Amino acid sequence: MRDRMGRVTSTGIVYGVLVFTIIVGTILTATEGRNFFATGNIAAILTFTSTLGLIAVGQTMVILVGSLDLSVPYVVSLCSVIAGSVMAGETGSIVPGVMIALAVAAGIGAVNGLVVSLLGVHGFIATLGMGLIISGYMTANYKGTSGSAPEPFRVIDTANIGPIPLSAIIMLACAVLAILMLRKTRVGHHMYAVGGDREVARLSGIRTAVPVVVAHTLCSLLAGLAGLLLLARLSVGNPTIGSQGDYDLMSIAAVVLGGTLLAGGKGNILGTLGGVAIFAVMDQVMSVIEVPSFLQDVFRGLVIVLAVAVYARREIERRPAPFERPTALDAALQEAR
Amino acid sequence: MYGQPSTSAEDSTEGCEPCHSGRVHETDDGRPLLRVSGVSKSFVGFRVLDDVSLELRAGQVLGIVGENGAGKSTLMKILAGVYQADEGTIELDGSEVAFSHPVQAQQAGLSTVFQEFNLLPERTIAENIYLGREPRRRGLVDTGQMNRDTEALLAELGVTGLRPNRRVRSLSVAEQQVVEIAKAVGYDARIIQMDEPTAALAEHEVDLLHAIIDKLTKSGVGILYVSHRLKEIFELCDAITILKDGAQVATKPADDLDEAELVRLMVGRSISSFFPDPLPGTEPGDAALELKGAGNGYVDAVDLTLRGGEIVGISGLQGSGRTELLEAMFGVRPLTRGEMLLAGKAVTPGSPREAIRSGIAMITEDRKATGLALSQSIIDNVLGVVRSVFPRRTGTARRQLPGLISSLEISARGMDQEVRFLSGGNQQKVVLGRWLAIEPSVVLMDEPTRGIDVGAKHSIYELMRALAAQGVAVLMVSSELPELIGMSDRILVMRDGRLAGELPGGSDEEAVMQIATGVVDAVSNSGDVA
Repeated sequence: MRDRMGRVTSTGIVYGVLVFTIIVGTILTATEGRNFFATGNIAAILTFTSTLGLIAVGQTMVILVGSLDLSVPYVVSLCSVIAGSVMAGETGSIVPGVMIALAVAAGIGAVNGLVVSLLGVHGFIATLGMGLIISGYMTANYKGTSGSAPEPFRVIDTANIGPIPLSAIIMLACAVLAILMLRKTRVGHHMYAVGGDREVARLSGIRTAVPVVVAHTLCSLLAGLAGLLLLARLSVGNPTIGSQGDYDLMSIAAVVLGGTLLAGGKGNILGTLGGVAIFAVMDQVMSVIEVPSFLQDVFRGLVIVLAVAVYARREIERRPAPFERPTALDAALQEAR
Repeated sequence: MYGQPSTSAEDSTEGCEPCHSGRVHETDDGRPLLRVSGVSKSFVGFRVLDDVSLELRAGQVLGIVGENGAGKSTLMKILAGVYQADEGTIELDGSEVAFSHPVQAQQAGLSTVFQEFNLLPERTIAENIYLGREPRRRGLVDTGQMNRDTEALLAELGVTGLRPNRRVRSLSVAEQQVVEIAKAVGYDARIIQMDEPTAALAEHEVDLLHAIIDKLTKSGVGILYVSHRLKEIFELCDAITILKDGAQVATKPADDLDEAELVRLMVGRSISSFFPDPLPGTEPGDAALELKGAGNGYVDAVDLTLRGGEIVGISGLQGSGRTELLEAMFGVRPLTRGEMLLAGKAVTPGSPREAIRSGIAMITEDRKATGLALSQSIIDNVLGVVRSVFPRRTGTARRQLPGLISSLEISARGMDQEVRFLSGGNQQKVVLGRWLAIEPSVVLMDEPTRGIDVGAKHSIYELMRALAAQGVAVLMVSSELPELIGMSDRILVMRDGRLAGELPGGSDEEAVMQIATGVVDAVSNSGDVA
């Protein structure tokens, strides 16, 4: 999604920041006498990206159509307990477990999308409500962990292809499919259109509900997939695993960090993946050098706010200033490009 | 279908000056492309369109004029399928149609270029033009094909040098207008309605638009053209339909009308009083505002003196720094070099708030985005600036409000009506009221009459004269040269962020354009400027 205008795109900035984070991370890790690029360290980072990445890819599409999905952590938990309960340790039940869990996730997403597009409820509220409903259902029906994943299913978490965990490959495959969909299908193009200006899309003959429902359905489906990965990792279904991961706000943060406009209509998956990777590297480095957990949150918060401030600044400089001598900050930004 | 060669006999109009005859092409069998018969429309019992009938033939440009509220927009929206007519019929190629959605109208070959841009700024030109009907190959969007089609479409309109993969956000207003038209044409439109297509364009950009319209009519497209710029109505249109208060006053060939007659039919007022003379007793007073070598990132080395009681016009092409100069004085983009004096005292506003505190008002170019709080009442809008900047004067301002509002002649249901329901002209009067309430000594106006009807324009001009008579200094930026020439005591011409020259009021358009485009680099009255 390059502009070909000689300017660095926001995706470019994200990956610049990622490289910077990795350099700082390498140095900090080295002060602890450890190697950032050690196989174990990289594998831990990639494993982190797999779950958050899946959810953030879905969240990107939802944000692109101008909505939000706050129900993702509950969908993650629900899928992990449903699949866990259906499988109940039986290898033969893997396929039905996966199918049922994903069907439930897709159904939840479709309902979210229909409520947003047809009833005109903002995604924030619609999915907040959906999250509460799922949360209430789980509290009533699942006390503590439930079910268990059979050994062959747990291979998804433990297997590696070369040095790369299988779970990360699953996530990247989904991301590639999502990128292709956004760039190469009509519904993908229409997601940008509906998020950019609903009325323009409508006047161009687009049924504006379709992209919204598709985005929400895919987002929930990907959250369900993340729930299955967590089931494979923990080997039991856990009704609070999604909330523990803060996947709602973390995924929105990764999307925004990746340069997608929170109002919709502009952004891309590649940026989101960069945003997820930045969080993954930060998390791993901070746990290696044993930063207290409250400070970890402070750092995450700083990164998110700073990133959005940088984007806001870029939006402001809409017209060139032919007579201005560049300020020190402009010069530095120029240098950074 | 557009794009297919029309009969070769039609090409004889090539190179012909804008002319009114010989435009009607006999490509059809004498049947009009579009026939509207007895169309009426009411909203909540109020008849906004009353028994309007018109005919449009292939290759014809039909102008639709009338004051705001005359029913032009309603008529266009009915034809576009946004509204449905209560009575009357619409025939396309002889068969009756009833559109219930804009898409049906587009598919039937009737496209509309609305006044507000219907483009997605973050998407490319091609993605905008083919939105909703992207070409596909094996189920996937064929971006290459889409870009090639776009290039071909733009070339047909005579536009080259616009890469289809450029983002619309990076385009100028004129270029966006071209994309809008290309989008309409791309539906194989045989009829294109245009609502004020030149409202946001500078004069030389208008020529490009007119060249495109010529190309379209030569290929047999019929055009319904709504504009407040009477000059271009005469340049472009074969026939003119005049609406007043929802009813049809007349439809006449353009040759049978002149501007004075047209204005008389539209408003029942003659053109001689169109630009009111200065009120008696208006005398240029002391310098109210001076700039000495002023500049920032957008304008440079500006010297000017603005006296109380004066109306000074600023001309220049789009991007010449006209708006930016006003914004610099108003603290939107503060001056970084040189000096600014208000009534002899050095003041350099660092923000609009500081500018307002020192008695400067600014009427911005885009009243909907930056001029008004659309969902607030007329009263709240008029008192808005006073309340936030001079809270202690709110009481006084509120007491003076009835007088102020009646002097503005705003027509509304009541003073607590939300501003967004008012017509453009009345909204602009509210903008003026908002600034008059602070009793400014300098009023900066950026395109004060953009997109408003002739009657409202006249009231705005009269208000400007009244301000001058009270000793207020008025600085007006406008793309409409007749307005600048008719209203200004002096005209400053900008080019590339600098003042390129000064002309006395009443100069001819030619002289202004020569300086604006850099043909002539004369600075007359240099003593006054320096």
